[in-house]
Amino acid sequence: MSKSDLSFVRTEMLPEQAPPVTEQGVVKWLRENLFAGPINTVMTLISLVVIYKILAGITPWLANGVWTTSSLAECREVLQGQTGGCFSVLTERWNQLLFGFKYPVEEYWRPTLAFVLLMVAITPVLFQELPRLFVATAAVIATLVVVELLAGAAGLAVPTVVIGGLGYWALARFGAAQRGGSIAVSRKLLLLTGLFPFVGYWLIWGGTVLAPVLALAGVLAGYMAFRRFEAASFAMGLLGAVVAAFAVWYLGGFLTAAAEGVLALPEVPSRDMGGFMLNMMLGTVCVSLSLPIGIVLALGRQSDMPIIKWICVVFIEFIRGVPLITLLFVANVVLAYFLPPGTNFDLILRVIIMITMFSSAYIAEVIRGGLAALPAGQYEAADSLGLDYAQSMRLIILPQALKISIPGIVNVAVGLFKDTTLVSVISMFDLVGMIRGPILASTEWNGVYWELWGFAVVLFFVVCYGISQYSQWLERQLQRDHR
Amino acid sequence: MATYSDPPAESFKLSQLINDTRYRSYTFQVIALIGIMLLLGYLISNLINNLQAAGLNISYQFLGEPAGYDINQRLIEYSSQSTHFTAAIVGVLNTLLVAVLGCAMATVIGVVVGVLRLSRNWLIRTLMSVYVEIFRNVPVLIWILIIMAVFTAVLPQPRDFRGANATASMVGDMFAFTGRGFYAPMPYFETGFAQGAAGWVVVLAVLVGSWLAARALGRWAARTQEATGQRPTTWYITAALWLVPLAVVLYVQGLAWEYPALKGFNFQGGIFARASLIALWFALSIYTAAFIAENVRAGILAISKGQTEAAASLGLRPNRIMNLVVLPQALRVIIPPLISQYLNLTKNSSLAIAVGYMDITGTLGGITLNQTGRAIECVLLLMLFYLTISLAISAVMNVYNNAVKLKER
Repeated sequence: MSKSDLSFVRTEMLPEQAPPVTEQGVVKWLRENLFAGPINTVMTLISLVVIYKILAGITPWLANGVWTTSSLAECREVLQGQTGGCFSVLTERWNQLLFGFKYPVEEYWRPTLAFVLLMVAITPVLFQELPRLFVATAAVIATLVVVELLAGAAGLAVPTVVIGGLGYWALARFGAAQRGGSIAVSRKLLLLTGLFPFVGYWLIWGGTVLAPVLALAGVLAGYMAFRRFEAASFAMGLLGAVVAAFAVWYLGGFLTAAAEGVLALPEVPSRDMGGFMLNMMLGTVCVSLSLPIGIVLALGRQSDMPIIKWICVVFIEFIRGVPLITLLFVANVVLAYFLPPGTNFDLILRVIIMITMFSSAYIAEVIRGGLAALPAGQYEAADSLGLDYAQSMRLIILPQALKISIPGIVNVAVGLFKDTTLVSVISMFDLVGMIRGPILASTEWNGVYWELWGFAVVLFFVVCYGISQYSQWLERQLQRDHR
Repeated sequence: MATYSDPPAESFKLSQLINDTRYRSYTFQVIALIGIMLLLGYLISNLINNLQAAGLNISYQFLGEPAGYDINQRLIEYSSQSTHFTAAIVGVLNTLLVAVLGCAMATVIGVVVGVLRLSRNWLIRTLMSVYVEIFRNVPVLIWILIIMAVFTAVLPQPRDFRGANATASMVGDMFAFTGRGFYAPMPYFETGFAQGAAGWVVVLAVLVGSWLAARALGRWAARTQEATGQRPTTWYITAALWLVPLAVVLYVQGLAWEYPALKGFNFQGGIFARASLIALWFALSIYTAAFIAENVRAGILAISKGQTEAAASLGLRPNRIMNLVVLPQALRVIIPPLISQYLNLTKNSSLAIAVGYMDITGTLGGITLNQTGRAIECVLLLMLFYLTISLAISAVMNVYNNAVKLKER
């Protein structure tokens, strides 16, 4: 039937109509996200009022801020009754906030350099590859820092790093970082990471360069002994390593004592450390020390050997059952009783011991969770390949278990970094201790609360939020399934 | 045909201790045990030597001696003549007080924020995320100190309430918020027989009775529903069961309120909570609430959408879906981390020492320790106390986990 008897058949499609105004663009988004129903509308309006109140309070305070006076009274004179922050406390006490009030001024470049080196040293641990833009940013920052160090403005180096990092983050956030492509981070850079503890120690505490060099030599000797005896068995290798390392350290002790002045930086005693530097030091040292201890404790708790298992269980549960502050009391007033008479550990070392114990118990629990989450088939497969305990753990079990535990480990690390502020309770002058003690108690700055605490909040927030964002990113990177 | 015989009895060789898996674990355990023993022995011998050198000993006699210091926030009778032991008890009660208050408030804020983070409203969702991120990523000690600073710096002092042109005024003549602390009316009973604690015991008994009655009513309603298919309306009977006996007993005992009033330089009467307590309570609550909010959110997200849809297709109404399907499953996920947050809050309450709130760390671990110099004894008791609380809470959590465990048959 070629000819239709219908009077009209449409042969072409109608043009598409535009969706209704309420179903597209900004209006739709607003309707769906802010004004979907009366309750939602009321909540939106309330939040807007709250945001307005907060902004109305903070904006003049920030905008009228005074940055250059040398005391609160002067600052109030400048403000003349207007609302405004006396941020000059930050500029005037900047070095104290970062380094404490006793670290020698002319040596500020040392912790600053150590901080920059720390950034370099942890890069190969944290990243397999880096966007080109990041490398470029880092190079610019590093150059700036070196220039600042040469110019004797070490206090400026840290804000350079922070601001540069924030700038990079903002760029990456808005997608510009994707275009440049990325370069692989060489595994060889891990050597730098291995060297950093010794260099960092030498920079911050000073003294002869022989001490860290000999400590490194001991570690190297231990490693070589381990490689030599590993073929016999893992335990033998470990024993050989410990013996070799201690032998080198013991002999090195005489050498260091004999030649104290070789390439010596002026020594800075531990009690002179303070400010945010102290928080960073405690956080970095304790987290890196507690990871291996935590792994050992977790494996011990999973062990079939009842005595070893119970030693680990009692240790972990005891540490997790008491607040960190009681452990710090132990470090402060009790630990000295348990050390051999005549030895004099300084407070910072005792605190590092206790905080490391504390965090290793928590990390052990996180890793135990990762070990328990692995299917039993993995253990059995490793056994059926004929691997012994050390091999199966190192090659099969731990890589997977640690991957599962990354979010938990990062949580512990962030928590620990926050907890380093507790040392202010046992009268150490970390950032919080500096603010509560020397700065708020001084006649010039008595009564400046908001600016100082706001600064502390911002500093901790930047570090902790950065770490947690990194862990989320890493989790996405390591996710090999369910793409 | 081959004949089988037992393999020749192995002679035990010393190398088997390290190479034979049957014996190796014993070797390791014995080595570990000896190592631990040696370490402990070394530490204890050091302790004994050090104590001898300093002319000290381990003794708990000091607990019976007069403490000689005052505690301004206390729940039981205490004066400077009381013993160190009483001071420690006051501290324990103060710790428990702030912990219980903090857990309650943190739960309320945390649940509200956690639910709001899943809201469809973009602004609310974002605001709540900002709150959670800011509070989770800054040390609780800083929050405690900030809130304490706000109290002392921003709130009016009692003297500001005085005189004709006072700069501050009480809220409804009942509440006063000062930099020293908060004042609220205190209820008490006027009738002779109900004065003191007796009246409150009666009220408590009545409340327990109401609870039992309401429970019996609920059971009766459930039985009726199963038998007839109709659930009798009981909400007004339940309300009456709670309210009427309470009202009667309060009226009979003569409930009255003691209002705080400005006398001289300070307020007198009423309930007084010191600024340190309020600051600590508030800071711990909003800090922990940020964590609880994340737990709540994770718990709700853990329930698959199919559950909600299945319940809806059965014809359940939205609030019934929440009560009968989503919440029971979400709680299984939420409660264990929630309890460990309670534990964290209790341990964090030891930071009271930073604002001068006299909890157990402030009394036993602070002033008592400094006055008597009995560091080892005090720290040991302090740890024992926190350990007891932790283990008790862990035990409760184990019981709960076993109760709600998926029953797999």
